[in-house]
Amino acid sequence: MGKSPPTTCQEGKVNSTTATPENGRWKGYEYLLLARLKELYREPEVIFWVFAFPILLALGLGIAFRNKPTDTSRVAVVAGPGAARALELLGAAPARDAVHAEVLPAGDAFNQFRLGKYDLVVTPRADSYEYRYDPARPESVLARTVTDDALQAAAGRTNAVPTTSRASSEPGARYIDFLIPGLLGMNLMNSGMWGIGFALVDMRQRRLLKRFVASPMRRGDFLLALASSRLVLMLIELALLLSFGVLAFHMRVMGSLLSILVISALGALCFGGVGLLTASRAQKIETVSGLINVVLMPMWILSGSFFSYERFPAILQPLIKALPLTALNDALRAAILEGAPLVHQAMRLFVLCLWGAVSYFLALRWFRWT
Amino acid sequence: MDVAIRCRQLRKTYEGKVEAVRGLDLEILAGECFGLLGPNGAGKTTTIEILEGLLQPTSGEVEILGSTWNAQNRELREVLGISLQETRLGEKLTVRETLDLFASFYRRPRSTNEVMAEMALTEKANTWVGKLSGGQRQRLAVATALVANPKILFLDEPTTGLDPQSRRQLWEIIRQFQQRGGTVLLTTHYMDEAERLCDRIAIIDHGLTIASGTPAELIERLGGHHMVEFDATGDGLRELEAWRSLPGVEAVHEEDGKVVLSVREPHETIPALLAALQKQNSHLLHLTTRQASLEDVFVRLTGRHLREE
Repeated sequence: MGKSPPTTCQEGKVNSTTATPENGRWKGYEYLLLARLKELYREPEVIFWVFAFPILLALGLGIAFRNKPTDTSRVAVVAGPGAARALELLGAAPARDAVHAEVLPAGDAFNQFRLGKYDLVVTPRADSYEYRYDPARPESVLARTVTDDALQAAAGRTNAVPTTSRASSEPGARYIDFLIPGLLGMNLMNSGMWGIGFALVDMRQRRLLKRFVASPMRRGDFLLALASSRLVLMLIELALLLSFGVLAFHMRVMGSLLSILVISALGALCFGGVGLLTASRAQKIETVSGLINVVLMPMWILSGSFFSYERFPAILQPLIKALPLTALNDALRAAILEGAPLVHQAMRLFVLCLWGAVSYFLALRWFRWT
Repeated sequence: MDVAIRCRQLRKTYEGKVEAVRGLDLEILAGECFGLLGPNGAGKTTTIEILEGLLQPTSGEVEILGSTWNAQNRELREVLGISLQETRLGEKLTVRETLDLFASFYRRPRSTNEVMAEMALTEKANTWVGKLSGGQRQRLAVATALVANPKILFLDEPTTGLDPQSRRQLWEIIRQFQQRGGTVLLTTHYMDEAERLCDRIAIIDHGLTIASGTPAELIERLGGHHMVEFDATGDGLRELEAWRSLPGVEAVHEEDGKVVLSVREPHETIPALLAALQKQNSHLLHLTTRQASLEDVFVRLTGRHLREE
């Protein structure tokens, strides 16, 4: 480098008179980034999957699993001599609002209980009541307790110890609070993998990568422009999801925006690296689509985007925690919901950096431009 | 004259098996338009991509403007304009954006406006690449090479799949570039393209040069400048050697059931041919004469047509 161009051709450049001013060192990077952003912005699918989809998902799940007062227990009372008395007792109980009871013939009652329309079936006997409930259904277990309490209280049982309760539903403990950081993590993963991995293989298949390296374009600039475009997109994704959570669901952001930004940027770069690795050799977009799904699928399920990974058996926990999306989700949740400073998250950030570094290292060794 | 491109004993073996190029020598002078002519799969693209520094040869030497690829990669790329076979440029960028992007890679590119005007793309400056016709896309591909302000232009099958008007348009652009002192190396499987455009040609088949020279030289080497093609009744027709002895006949072969004679002077050969047919009592079914072309050179050398699969 730095030598003068070969000068075997004595005439010099063919059109020396019409050359524009000399391009600076970063001109190529600037135009590559610009071109990438324009292409993304002109691709309706990108706008949908990157921006609209996570918001719609948050909206849908946020509404479906919104924290509301526990549903009324739906109770079927089997028709018979004691049915009227049971209804009367339930109607007189202090907790009568918690139970909605209806009288049905035995066949219908059990059938509809089986289909989930009722949580509990009460069969009046000569001087007792028999409950039919499903121990595997939380609402059924709850219905049995609530109904039993109501019947006992109405029949005259008194409490041995006086107790009082006060309701408290604070932002931060709700499902939507759990969900938004998880969606953010998952979105950073998806758009990193597709935005880098798919885009690169597409360009390779179109022989555009080869055309680029046939020019004096710096290969490092090209990859840097791709990574930068991911960071720009990351900023928009982050701003959209967080402000959506705050505005639509009154989510409270406890941590500093800077720490959230740092974690998101690390996540975006880490998954950009994994995307680069996935795309390093594949020649066809069909191949890379399969590869990307193989990488994404386990993390969608295991890494706690939609539900806590604590539900998986203990033996899987170390493996789950070593996944990059788990580290990203945990770090985002800790920063957003608990306001944890970055230093307390060193381990998670290290996991992200390690995945990113190993991916970039291998990808750059294996990467094929042609 | 300076040598712009030189390669010696170029070989390329894919995965230890397929020998795409088997010892190719080329010397292309500065200011020349040189054509690599050959059927599909002859090794043209492999050769040109090795010369462009995009493929590593299995063995052999390449020199571009006096330098080798490993030594001066980036400096060399600054002075080459390359158009690959079938590159699909970003569909959602406009013509101007695409050219600006490629121009940004070069230290001293040409102005985008000027190149667009030259390539008749100014009207399409703000059109997405995805909306261009085949001819316009191909002109844009060549424009991305010209915006480099190159000394050498590499074009791999620049006119394949284009309509006649688009082909002529592209030929004109290539000639203009050459008139300004540029060197052109192109591959093609169109005979007429090579004949009209190229100063010199190398005919490539199975990874080897089977003939090279100016189009006129190659046709000259065929022996005759004219081709006489005929068909007649009777059985004597198939004995090709008999026709070889007619006056002025240099070579004979059979093609599509007709006899084809390479002749120096048709006016000497044709009366003798008619007389010979009459003697055999056979009737002429078909007779044409035409100028010999590179296609005939190729058929003569390989026994096959260029466009045959």
